[in-house]
Amino acid sequence: MTKAPKARLATAWLDGCSGCHMSLLDVDELLLTLADRVTIVFGPLVDAQHFPESVDVALIEGAVSSQDDLRLAQTVRENSKFVIALGDCAVTSNVPSMRNSIAPTRLLERVYIAGADTQPGVPLENVPKLLRAAIPLHEVIKVDLHVPGCPPSAAAIAHVLTELLDGRKPDLSAVAKFG
Amino acid sequence: MPNRISIRIDGELVQAERGQTIFEAAQANNRFIPGLCQFKGLSTVGACRLCVVEVQGVNRLLPSCTTPAQDGMAVITRSAKLNDYRRQALELLFAEKNHVCAVCVSNNHCELQAYAQRLGVTNVRYAYRYPRLKVDMSHPRFVIDHNRCVLCTRCVRVCNEVEGAYVWGVAGRGIGSRIACEMDRDWGKASACTNCGKCVQVCPTGALAEKGFAAEEMVKRQDLVERLATIRGTMNPGGSR
Repeated sequence: MTKAPKARLATAWLDGCSGCHMSLLDVDELLLTLADRVTIVFGPLVDAQHFPESVDVALIEGAVSSQDDLRLAQTVRENSKFVIALGDCAVTSNVPSMRNSIAPTRLLERVYIAGADTQPGVPLENVPKLLRAAIPLHEVIKVDLHVPGCPPSAAAIAHVLTELLDGRKPDLSAVAKFG
Repeated sequence: MPNRISIRIDGELVQAERGQTIFEAAQANNRFIPGLCQFKGLSTVGACRLCVVEVQGVNRLLPSCTTPAQDGMAVITRSAKLNDYRRQALELLFAEKNHVCAVCVSNNHCELQAYAQRLGVTNVRYAYRYPRLKVDMSHPRFVIDHNRCVLCTRCVRVCNEVEGAYVWGVAGRGIGSRIACEMDRDWGKASACTNCGKCVQVCPTGALAEKGFAAEEMVKRQDLVERLATIRGTMNPGGSR
């Protein structure tokens, strides 16, 4: 019997705390089944430096908060068949959005100058430029499925991945809550 | 004039009392209509628009909490169209202020959140506004966080109608509306506040909370206020039933 080709799974980490990735790792023994059925081709869990082409499912954690986030989100969309906003930061912009009522320049000055004990100064090199506001993923790219939760439970992520791999559209009403 | 009237709710003929609103008539007949601003024993304002229903012969949706049931009326309380409008109303509430549920004292005990779940909200279609809003911590026991307010005005009504202190009101207009303490002073400086905490207990979200609670810890005791509000209602014909 020939095995079905493995699905290509990618993850991305934008403005979030990595808790959603932790929750993904928390699916326990399902990881063994997943290892048989998917190849992780990009994300913090693997080494790839560039986002590959023709990805089947992409999980994006975090709000869109900087120029880098925006570019990565767009790259993921261009190269992925099914994009999932994973967790509250990607779905609602959540905690990262708490900076949104303050202009980025003022925010950076407050943190890196007024709030600094030593070497006050706003870092300008090798850091991505902040967007005016941290915004939900669906405000910049088309999102195929929203999986809310802070983080989404391992059960919710397991349900989503299993349903998708079996060719069904996941119904989240029993496993995830909004907000 | 007979005190009993007949109305049709979702096709079924039911009995209601004259003077009941559609919301009350539906509830008396074990039919659930969502509602955020409605609170048993307080007057009704029709602020949240979650309780909208279809009434036969009326070409727009009506809030069931402010519309009196009338003899022979035919009402639809659940349909795909209503669900869609209710979801829109909810999403607009989420987009209007800064509802960061993950760090909220009322996370998992919040009526706004519960309705979002119940009505199948998975994301907000409208652009969030991210307004800059105050958190007033000046009261020794309580806090008001305007970021989490849905302007249901339950606090205003319970303070006026049950406690009789008239501390809360609504300041501003339209999108700039907000709950205000007395003539817009800090809550800690309120001269009329009796520190009874009824406003805190009726608040459907984490906008009004007791101090000293961390995220997810604030559970409201609405049964006590509801009891006070309904006792008062039977004695004072000026308010709601």
